[in-house]
Amino acid sequence: MTLLDPVWTSLLYLAAAVFFILALRGLSSPRTARRGNLIGAFGALLAVVTVFLSARLDNIPWIIGAIAVGTAVAAPVARRVQMTQMPQLVALFNGVGGGAAALVALLELSHTADPWVRLAIVFTLLVGAVSFAGSGVTFAKLQELMTTRPIVFPGLPVVMAAVLLAAVGTAVAVVLTGSLALAVLLMVLGLAAGALLVLPVGGADVPIVISLLNAFTGLAVAASGVVLGNVLLVVAGTLVGASGTILTRAMAAAMGRSVAGILFGAFKGGSTAGSTAVSERPVRSSSAEDVAVLLGYAQRVIIVPGYGLAVAQGQHTAAELALALEARGIEVDFAIHPVAGRMPGHMNVLLAEANVPYESLKEMGEINSEFRMADVALVVGANDVVNPAAKTSSGSPIYGMPILEVADARQVIFLKRSMRPGFAGIENELLYEPQTSLLFGDAKDSLAKVLGAVKAL
Amino acid sequence: MDGMSLLTVTVLAVFVGFEVVSKVSSTLHTPLMSGANAIHGIILVGAIIVAGQAADPWVLAVALLAVVLATANLVGGFVVTDRMLHMFRARKDVVRQEATGKEEAK
Repeated sequence: MTLLDPVWTSLLYLAAAVFFILALRGLSSPRTARRGNLIGAFGALLAVVTVFLSARLDNIPWIIGAIAVGTAVAAPVARRVQMTQMPQLVALFNGVGGGAAALVALLELSHTADPWVRLAIVFTLLVGAVSFAGSGVTFAKLQELMTTRPIVFPGLPVVMAAVLLAAVGTAVAVVLTGSLALAVLLMVLGLAAGALLVLPVGGADVPIVISLLNAFTGLAVAASGVVLGNVLLVVAGTLVGASGTILTRAMAAAMGRSVAGILFGAFKGGSTAGSTAVSERPVRSSSAEDVAVLLGYAQRVIIVPGYGLAVAQGQHTAAELALALEARGIEVDFAIHPVAGRMPGHMNVLLAEANVPYESLKEMGEINSEFRMADVALVVGANDVVNPAAKTSSGSPIYGMPILEVADARQVIFLKRSMRPGFAGIENELLYEPQTSLLFGDAKDSLAKVLGAVKAL
Repeated sequence: MDGMSLLTVTVLAVFVGFEVVSKVSSTLHTPLMSGANAIHGIILVGAIIVAGQAADPWVLAVALLAVVLATANLVGGFVVTDRMLHMFRARKDVVRQEATGKEEAK
């Protein structure tokens, strides 16, 4: 087989890189996003075909077989997964990408004696392994294979510091000696560091961690591009690294906290002092019919969805309720907090699945001034993102996080499973306010009852 | 490619990445993350090169594992992003879809 000449190879890789940039740009608007993603997929296909045509490769049947296996495993899962399980799937795909980058770097070690290339190899190994193990633990937490609460044990920071120091020492040794055994040790240390990094992170902070690990894998891929001297990998990895960094920072800003603060534990578990002292106070519990009357005779309703909606799979019922209210001439919007759910933009995906047009999904900055004009704010399975403690109590772990100002609405209705505080474990003062009523139960059941009652009005 | 050119490309790519992504609305944060996730699956190219150069069966086995993982990342990432984006509709599209749905029901 005649090989593609190097100029053509470079041009085709350049084209693939341009397609990736166009893909990311397309993803910035709902109108162009789907086409953008297809452009990206085309770029990836082009790059894979190019590699087969441009380098003299052995083992081609094996490689094609491995690609077939990977596709056969991933495509059906990606096609069938429920939208509520999207965060763990993204975490999983991210992890395997990081793992692949680490393995590629490991195998390239014996092909080079250049210390700079070895430096890129140890970077890829370490960051790829951190991403693999970190994503694995994140997956286990989201899939509830393990507890979603932060796992901390005494001496965790010391263990973490020891692992990182050992990793740096091993990395230096690998760069100097090129020893494969030490490289494997470095990978194991990376796996340990990844797990230790994510274990102390609580449920509410998982979106930020997924986004951060995504950036990590991007950087590992970019470094592997340096190892292989492949510009496409450098460009693609760097793009992902940069976009992941921006997303992580945007999410952290939405929580009013620093990325470091999240990783190194402001949410160190448990509820804050005083939360048990106030929980004896009475709340106004309400029936589905009462809620239906409040909603049905309002002029403006704002629905605030949270993770509880995702858990209960209530997005379709919520969408139906919105339609039923709109049929009565009521203006209905959904207020989306940037960190509601377990993934950046999680609520948007769920409600889009339920056919809610994206114009009805309002960002926090856009909708916060409108709660003042709303007759009813209906909070479905959300807690921390509407908790005024973020503004008022400086000792609270969520202090400083911007919240949705539901307290400004004339009436506030909470659909909750129980009085249990949210993931951050903080009592919500809003539940005891005079304008608040509560309807207890699974979010989907409650929504269905309210929907029935609204239709019967 | 020499180190200096690679560095140039990297730095430029950082700026392109920041520039392209910084204006994305939070509505699309999940597809953006998932799409970026798919793009780093392009490590498949690296895995194929390594597997294609493998002479030792152990090296080949590890390289093929990397190929499987990278393919899962690449294919799964693009498929899942496409599925997600398929659901994002503008108001007029939703109305149109409901109208055709009703006609079919008749």
